Amino acid sequence: MIALSQATIYGLAGLAVFGLGLMGVLGAAERLRRLIALNLCAAGAGMVLIAAAWRSPPAVPDPVPHALVITGIVVMVSATAVALALIRRLHSLETDTDD
Amino acid sequence: MLEIAGTAFMALGALFFVAGTIGLLRFPDVFCRLHALTKADGMGLALVCLSAAIGAPDGGEALRILLIWVFVALASATGGHLVARHARRAGPPVREVRP
Amino acid sequence: MTVLLAFDLLLAASIVGLAAATLLMRDAFAMIVAFIVFGMLLALGWARLVAPDVALAEVAIGAGLSGALLLRTLAHLRGGGLSAQGGASVSAPTNGATQGINALLAGLATCALGLAYLGAPQNVPGLEAHVTDAMPESGVTHPVTAVLLNFRAYDTLMEVVVLLAAVIVVWQVERGLAETPAPALGTVYQGFARVALPVAVIAGGYLLWIGAEAPGGAFQAGAVLGAVAVLGLLSRHVRPAPAHRPLARGTFVAGTAIFALVALGVSGAGRETFEYPPAHAKTLILLIEAMVTVSIAATLAALFHGREPVTVATGKETT
Repeated sequence: MIALSQATIYGLAGLAVFGLGLMGVLGAAERLRRLIALNLCAAGAGMVLIAAAWRSPPAVPDPVPHALVITGIVVMVSATAVALALIRRLHSLETDTDD
Repeated sequence: MLEIAGTAFMALGALFFVAGTIGLLRFPDVFCRLHALTKADGMGLALVCLSAAIGAPDGGEALRILLIWVFVALASATGGHLVARHARRAGPPVREVRP
Repeated sequence: MTVLLAFDLLLAASIVGLAAATLLMRDAFAMIVAFIVFGMLLALGWARLVAPDVALAEVAIGAGLSGALLLRTLAHLRGGGLSAQGGASVSAPTNGATQGINALLAGLATCALGLAYLGAPQNVPGLEAHVTDAMPESGVTHPVTAVLLNFRAYDTLMEVVVLLAAVIVVWQVERGLAETPAPALGTVYQGFARVALPVAVIAGGYLLWIGAEAPGGAFQAGAVLGAVAVLGLLSRHVRPAPAHRPLARGTFVAGTAIFALVALGVSGAGRETFEYPPAHAKTLILLIEAMVTVSIAATLAALFHGREPVTVATGKETT
């Protein structure tokens, strides 16, 4: 029997989010949706890490995964910005050739 | 005594949020929904912040919670205005109501 | 206890549900809004897992700034507005069999990971004992800041470099792209910006300062100041002009440069790179954090603005 602790609840939810994101990255047709799916993957991975860092109340959580996830969030926003620039560029190239 | 007041304010605030959310889901158009959201949720937020400020360990923290309330209220008022303005310009003309 | 357990279950279910809703929304605007709400709830979940620093970073950067970047791009794709009229939300027909196999593979991978996660030992000591032991030498009293700026400062330096690389790539990619003017937001918004922006700057400074002993720090402060700059761009208090380019470039590089200089400067005389002398650790960490905050703020705002400001011929807000 698995103990229904916060680590279990949010860890499994994080995995579900990761799985949904993975499905979206592989299956989504539009570029924006695929990018958001990738962001969901990153958020799910972060959830698993933070859930694994959790300790039952009197003890404090492990700060190292916390720092890693903060780093991950900033890296993900950088990657998102680059991907969005590429999307805008591709869009303008496509509309130019269509006209 | 203070604890009871705090709990009561929190419960009352939650009630306002529920009312605002029902309005958001049930009202027919953007303006009615905004009316429900901005008014009811504004009141709900004020009550929840008041409750949190009562429960705060010291005066500094209570002051910060009240500051948060002021700025969230300002931001939600501005956001409501922007949504209404956009809806007014993009959507069908609204019937003028004369007093 | 059971009430909190019910809350956790409800919140976890909402997070997963919103992730699914994000992928299923037909309209791209609704999809982005669902993603922003997802970020907010995720941050609430992280607050429940006693990770306030991560929750702050997620709200400010993961939900707020990512959402702003996505909405800006959507406005660009739809030719200036956010209403569904362009082809941005039309999905291409996809092969049903391929979709099924993708979903099956993703599901299998997730199930395998789930089994691995449940099989791993939970609630056992990790690295926190080492962190607690080393805290007195770190110069700060908040463990997450100590890890970010001292124990694992190398990672953080690389992260700042990633941001710098992102802005360089965006400026290169956007070269020659047509400018979409930001919408004019009216007098109510202008009034809001006049009141809120100065206070937000103070809030950013407060987050930076408090980071040494409580949740907060360079990234959260940088995100708040970046949001200030984004609001300033929207209210046109900030008008990027070609003349600002040298200053902007200097600001982008400043955080990385100071960080690297301090890291190298403290080495020698028997110390390694990044091994701050304990007596000056707090000063050095605050110096790095302040510079990194300004750099992050400028970089995030530049990522939002997108295109490098070039000669006035583009018609960018000339007054």
